[in-house]
Amino acid sequence: MSTGTDVGRRRFLRRGLQAGGGLWLGLSWPIGGAAAGAAGEGGQAPGQPGVAEFRPSVFIRVARSGVVTLVSKQPEIGQGIKTALPMILAEELCVDWAQVRVVQGDLDPAYGSQSAGGSTSTPVNHDAFHRLGATARTLLVRAAAQAWGVPEAECEARRGQVQHAASGRVAGYGSLVARAAALPTPEPGEVKLKPPHLYTLLGTRVSGVDNPAIVTGQPLFGLDVRLPGMLYAVYEKCPRFGGRVRSANLAEVLALPGVRQAFVLEGTGNLNGLMPGVAIVADSTWAALRARRQLAVVWDEPAGPGENWSDHVAAAQALGPKPGAQTLRRDGDVAAALAAAAHRVEAVYEYPFISHASIEPQNATAQWHEDGRIEIWAPTQNPGAGQNLVASTLGVPKERITLHLTRAGGGFGRRLSADYIVEAVAIAQHVKAPVKLTWTREDDLRHDHYRAGGFHHLRGGVDAQGRVVAWQDHFVTFANRVQREGQTQLLPGSGASLSGDEFPGRWVPHCLIEQTPIECRIPMGPWRAPGSNVFAWVFHSFIDELAHAAGRDPLAFRLDLLGMRELVPGTGERGQPYHVGRMRRVLQAVGEKSGWASGPLPRGRGRGVAFHFSHRGYVAQVAEVTVSRQGELSVDRVVVVSDIGAQILNPSGAENQVQGSVIDGLSALSGQSLDIRDGRVVQSNFHDYPLLRLPQVPPRIEAHFLQTDFPVTGLGEPAFPPVAPAICNAIFAATGVRIRRLPLAGQSLAW
Amino acid sequence: MPDTTLHINGHPTRVDVADDTPLLWALRDALGLVGTKFGCGAGLCGACTVLVEGQPTRACLTPVSALAGQRITTIEGLSPDGSHPLQQAWVELDVPQCGYCQAGHLMAAAALLRDKPRPTDADIDAALGGHLCRCATHLRIRAGVHRAAEIQAAEIKASRVALPARRAASQGEGA
Repeated sequence: MSTGTDVGRRRFLRRGLQAGGGLWLGLSWPIGGAAAGAAGEGGQAPGQPGVAEFRPSVFIRVARSGVVTLVSKQPEIGQGIKTALPMILAEELCVDWAQVRVVQGDLDPAYGSQSAGGSTSTPVNHDAFHRLGATARTLLVRAAAQAWGVPEAECEARRGQVQHAASGRVAGYGSLVARAAALPTPEPGEVKLKPPHLYTLLGTRVSGVDNPAIVTGQPLFGLDVRLPGMLYAVYEKCPRFGGRVRSANLAEVLALPGVRQAFVLEGTGNLNGLMPGVAIVADSTWAALRARRQLAVVWDEPAGPGENWSDHVAAAQALGPKPGAQTLRRDGDVAAALAAAAHRVEAVYEYPFISHASIEPQNATAQWHEDGRIEIWAPTQNPGAGQNLVASTLGVPKERITLHLTRAGGGFGRRLSADYIVEAVAIAQHVKAPVKLTWTREDDLRHDHYRAGGFHHLRGGVDAQGRVVAWQDHFVTFANRVQREGQTQLLPGSGASLSGDEFPGRWVPHCLIEQTPIECRIPMGPWRAPGSNVFAWVFHSFIDELAHAAGRDPLAFRLDLLGMRELVPGTGERGQPYHVGRMRRVLQAVGEKSGWASGPLPRGRGRGVAFHFSHRGYVAQVAEVTVSRQGELSVDRVVVVSDIGAQILNPSGAENQVQGSVIDGLSALSGQSLDIRDGRVVQSNFHDYPLLRLPQVPPRIEAHFLQTDFPVTGLGEPAFPPVAPAICNAIFAATGVRIRRLPLAGQSLAW
Repeated sequence: MPDTTLHINGHPTRVDVADDTPLLWALRDALGLVGTKFGCGAGLCGACTVLVEGQPTRACLTPVSALAGQRITTIEGLSPDGSHPLQQAWVELDVPQCGYCQAGHLMAAAALLRDKPRPTDADIDAALGGHLCRCATHLRIRAGVHRAAEIQAAEIKASRVALPARRAASQGEGA
């Protein structure tokens, strides 16, 4: 067992003792045995009369007052997990939501994985949270039954009380704290989950737990952190990625009003880590920002000319017709099948690098304590990665690093990276005070870990019966050169690698999927539904081209392509199965809900359909658009049907994720694009990197869910990918204009 | 550093910052009123919106030297207890996702509701079209303003019944 886990176990144990001998449940919590170990060593202490609270797990505390405090272990980035996971505990505990207080947990090994990425917060925690809540309720019922000397089976938990109907006795949970805390962990077989038909909270619309604080402006976010004696930092990095500081006018900057320190950080060679730069630390954010205007840095830039997006486009055009560097799938004989096909289509699809642009810029606050401990406050999706990067970059043992999670003003994958956290800690190391690092909007746009651009050279063939018989894609993508075990290798960006299993791979008999990376020095990282966020646009646009080439209805064509199998297994050891039946049913449902069968709309209006499986979610969408003769686009309606399993935990949050995904998808489709010139990102703020505004938002976005027997899963990502292709296919239906390049801005839709 | 007296949320407040300090940073760093948010520093996103003499104003671009003697309202002062019709509506309809941009939206919407108690969609789009929401809660923002208009209308109606009590309460809030 690692040192970190041992420390975690000791901390875990200590808290248990502080809580007055509260007991720990040895549930199968996936945390390297820490919970079970603590239960074994420290659990089952006698319940002293003075016990303050009942702590049946690290996530649940029942006070003598009856107030139930639930710990939110996952980072809250706007996806609603701080509300949804505690709802599961409250449901199983049988407490009123009004009786519950939710607090944000710090990074803590006792909580298990705390990364909020890949829409995993719900599926990873869902079942365990049901068990934890039900176990706590079982103990409270047992405590009451023992106090009354009646059989447990005659007692019922309801609204924060245990009731014994036969005798009319009632005990609030608060009054049972001491007795419940003294009970041993129940056997797994003694814990009964609540049957879903008895749910009173799950499946109801619950407003976010932080909403009262949000609407009154209370401190919640990373940038809101304030500590006694805190100083304020800004950090200037080379606008050309990979540049180092040769010299800077530090003395001049230091003399400016309010500036306390100005210094160079050497940084590391990791494009996604601590990059070299100049830190300015001042008495206020404004003093630091103002001083930065006077900062003059001479950069040592990487040798040779900086890269340009236009050169990458030219390189991709040259590479496209050649064989790919890597073959991801080769089924049948695609060349022969294309030659024999009744209908053939060839097209190149192109999309740019884009940024995350969450409205709260990257920031973190750090303090080095005199005993060598480091304390960090950060809006992060992945606190463990922050701790790891700080430990490895600055050579500090992980157990000396405490990380407090703040609410994050948007995530979208950006805050899975930890560059801004290690910057804050490295700056604070030089300053004998707590330091808050604030990135400007320009820093945020020009030093993002971007969604990679890409190019798909596609060929498809359809036979005389209207079936897809040939599919070929040569994907030209982007990769960074990294050091791995003493060797350099090209590593494609996050979401910049295609799988040979990507639909319609596995479905088309003659299929060739190849990939070639272009080396670049642009840092890349996960962006909401990595890969899927743009592959769905490419493939469902091209499938639409094939449908039209064959003169077929685009929805019927897709249903035929999916076929009648229920499940298609993955290829190879790591391949994921694809549940065709689930996709077929959401596709059929979206046809019904959208009125697809009513036939084509008059010219200038159109419907488009797309579907995509990602992050455990099956989603199909139909968009309805109007395009004026002059080419002005309005998206009138988007119908979304999702299958994310057996239970929608919080329909209000789920609807928010679907509507947000649709608008976000349209936003990216409409105008988001980064140009790269001389190794630098050209765009700098929202004037040249536009987000969709209220007047452009589709007035109708309908979120439907097929509730199925499949495991409950998350919705932060899967509703995003089908948006852009559904809209682009609708544009084609309305106008005959096929969009093969993102974004729409600068392209004519006139007809 | 010069002392400036700002009139914030009904109280004269001394703030010890350089004259060219944007109101945003005076509020956040010097006064600890962190509800007003930094998003772009260029008046493009609206996250820093406050009311100056009742008018929505971008705090990131407005230096404190321009604000002497003017009444400033921030999200912390929108209501004494979080009961402004917009605050009620926002919680009722679960408008926020991450919530970071919401203070700016709320302040601009408060000015709209004061001037147009029953705004149309077009009124709302015009008043809030300068604000960005990356999580894209736009449809709920629009619905939230309509719901707040209903709550406000109901409160006005109720206040006509209990006028003396309401008048006393509003005087208690201070000017």
